[in-house]
Amino acid sequence: MPIGSVPPKYKVTIDNDLCMLCERCIENCPYGTFRREGNKIMTFSRACTGCHRCVAMCPRDAIDIEEKPVDYRTHPVWTREAREAIYNQAQSGKIILTGMGNTLNVPPIFDRLLLDACQVTNPSIDPLREPMELRTYIGKKPRQISVKKTAEGDIDLATQLAPNLKCETPIMIGHMSYGAISLNAQRSMARGAAEEGTFMGTGEGGLHKSLYPYQDNMIVQIASGRFGVDIDYLERGAAIEIKIGQGAKPGIGGHLPGEKVDEKVSKTRMIPLYSDAISPAPHHDIYSIEDLSQLVRSLKEATEWKKPVFVKIAAVHNVAAIAAGIARSSADAVVIDGFRGGTGSAPRVFRDHVGIPIEAAIAAVDQKLNKQGIRNEVSIIASGGIRDSADVTKAIALGADSVYIGTAALVSLGCRVCGSCYRNMCPWGIATQREDLTARIDPDIMYKNVSNLIHGWTLEIAELMGAAGINSIESLRGNRDRLRGYMLDENILSVLDVKTVGAGAE
Amino acid sequence: MKQTRIIDAKGMHYTPLNQEIRAAVKEGVTEIILENVNGQRFIGNGLRGEDVTIIINGVPGGDLGMFMSGPTCIVHANAEHAPGNTMDSGEIFIHGTAGDAVAHSMRGGEVYVRDSIGYRGGIHMKEYKDKCPALIVGGGTRAFLGEYMAGGILIVLGRGKDKTPVDERGVGTGIHGGELFIRGEVPNHLLGIGAAKKPFTEDDREKIRPYIEKYCREFNVDEPELFTDEYVHIGPSSARPFAGKYCWE
Ligand code: SF4
Ligand code: SF4
Repeated sequence: MPIGSVPPKYKVTIDNDLCMLCERCIENCPYGTFRREGNKIMTFSRACTGCHRCVAMCPRDAIDIEEKPVDYRTHPVWTREAREAIYNQAQSGKIILTGMGNTLNVPPIFDRLLLDACQVTNPSIDPLREPMELRTYIGKKPRQISVKKTAEGDIDLATQLAPNLKCETPIMIGHMSYGAISLNAQRSMARGAAEEGTFMGTGEGGLHKSLYPYQDNMIVQIASGRFGVDIDYLERGAAIEIKIGQGAKPGIGGHLPGEKVDEKVSKTRMIPLYSDAISPAPHHDIYSIEDLSQLVRSLKEATEWKKPVFVKIAAVHNVAAIAAGIARSSADAVVIDGFRGGTGSAPRVFRDHVGIPIEAAIAAVDQKLNKQGIRNEVSIIASGGIRDSADVTKAIALGADSVYIGTAALVSLGCRVCGSCYRNMCPWGIATQREDLTARIDPDIMYKNVSNLIHGWTLEIAELMGAAGINSIESLRGNRDRLRGYMLDENILSVLDVKTVGAGAE
Repeated sequence: MKQTRIIDAKGMHYTPLNQEIRAAVKEGVTEIILENVNGQRFIGNGLRGEDVTIIINGVPGGDLGMFMSGPTCIVHANAEHAPGNTMDSGEIFIHGTAGDAVAHSMRGGEVYVRDSIGYRGGIHMKEYKDKCPALIVGGGTRAFLGEYMAGGILIVLGRGKDKTPVDERGVGTGIHGGELFIRGEVPNHLLGIGAAKKPFTEDDREKIRPYIEKYCREFNVDEPELFTDEYVHIGPSSARPFAGKYCWE
């Protein structure tokens, strides 16, 4: 093609004085960036995806990877990405696929929200000596409870409580399917979540047998493709989630390319070997809130009303009204996935340009449900770009009951957020089904990374709560007075319903 | 030995109705007759049991036999939308018409509808190894038949119709597995993206014969032309209909 090739994104260099020619870089890079020529390791920078596997595995720190400075004429509008996307599409005429989260330089609102701390008259609480209640129940709560006296004079609860998930922390792991990620990655996360008394989503790829030991800590997902869904699958999950939308690609479906559908994936999804697994955008039995309500109730009916049913939507402009509809559909929780959410694969134009930030979505949904007097009838789970315990705490203060983490859990397994997940060659053994690569994760060891991460964040949340004079997660939820906006404009502050820095309590 | 129980569903909500059905199955009842069914949804939802037959007198509501694994449902009336939704195994016979999304995502078992069905019939049916779901429609269908089919077999007999039992668009859009057999003609412009006509062979005729025989037996139909007429055979134009749609970043 007359346009020619674009310059490599990274420059990989080897310090030959340090290199001991062990060839680990060659073994570790599935993209073929390294080769040996005589007594030298040569590099092919064009193949590098910036996954840093080689850097992490080099015993001599002999490898340097730099983002290659742009050699186009610099231009504030026609960035390298804008130009290269055009070259790509001028040559292919296709949709550009990408992986992981939004790469546009849009500052997270979380970073412009500051948490509160107590000082003199209302002293902070020391989590070392005071009990801190982080246990979170996800599911429907009764509007009010009634009690009755038994013949023996005891007090019994008369209200029948809906089934809830009991999480020891407000942090859960969101849905990443077997197929999109490896079984070893799923097993590490499932065991890590179980260890911390929390939950993890299966994604829409079914539930592999080796995850059965963790089924009490797993939320099974049902998407429009209905992969791996039968009554056994529904009964195994601790809860069931209907996926309507996803933050990385609101309004479109999912598509696992046939290359990733190997023997085990095909068995778990219950589809033929190497066939494309297509989940179209809509569920074809849902065309209205009433239809959604019917699916929610059919899942409850199939599992004899013993399991909470969640509905996951992408954060979009009208998210509050949609969530209010879901809250009235018999669903027990609404999951909102913001526009910085990760993905194994999505068209770039969707990932970067469709949807809204999770911070605004949580606040809008929480306020709407409050106004309608139904906030207590449904839990809110927020996801999409939660990077640390501060994000979790802020999300809860904005109105979420708990959060799902996705990318953060993968990062705890080594993921370097290189964004090449759709190529089935993840050098960290995460977003791949290639057995030589998936073997790089030993779930019996790596689960600890996941449980450590959740544990560490949970300790930090307890500290942040204590500092704010709060000893129960219930008192943090929707407590916007513990937040102040810094360098946020008035419109955003009003959507968030948060005061600006310097403003006191009313 | 056959053990029968009659349940009067008059005025009953679907949850207690299903509870009674489950309790009967647990007690070893093999034939359950539901009288006065009038719009109750989710009958037999998630129910297991190979040797259980549920006879439904009246019109069941949506999602009849959803997630069902094993039983047989016989409906002596029309049925609402999505009977056989995500069904795992078992059989559903409907002595009348059925609504939209019949056999949606069905992954095993068979659904027979004596007359016509609505929109999106057989959408997203899929198969795995020996689990090959089948939907047999006696009359005609509306638009979007067999969309996104990933497996299974869908037969439209077109009884009581002219030569075009499916005369609305979107037949087999996005189909990437499984096959449709439609008696009579299907004009090319009704086929969706990814669907292609294939030759109808004698092997195909043998393949659909047992289903048609079962249809005739159940609904007491004697029309030899169902076995001898020409069928249009529609399948995926490729197993990877969207493989060429994307490029990498
Ligand atoms: S891994 Fe490091 S030390 Fe080993 S060959 Fe590669 S650059 Fe040299
Ligand atoms: S999962 Fe693997 S391929 Fe995807 S971003 Fe992380 S390291 Fe890269």
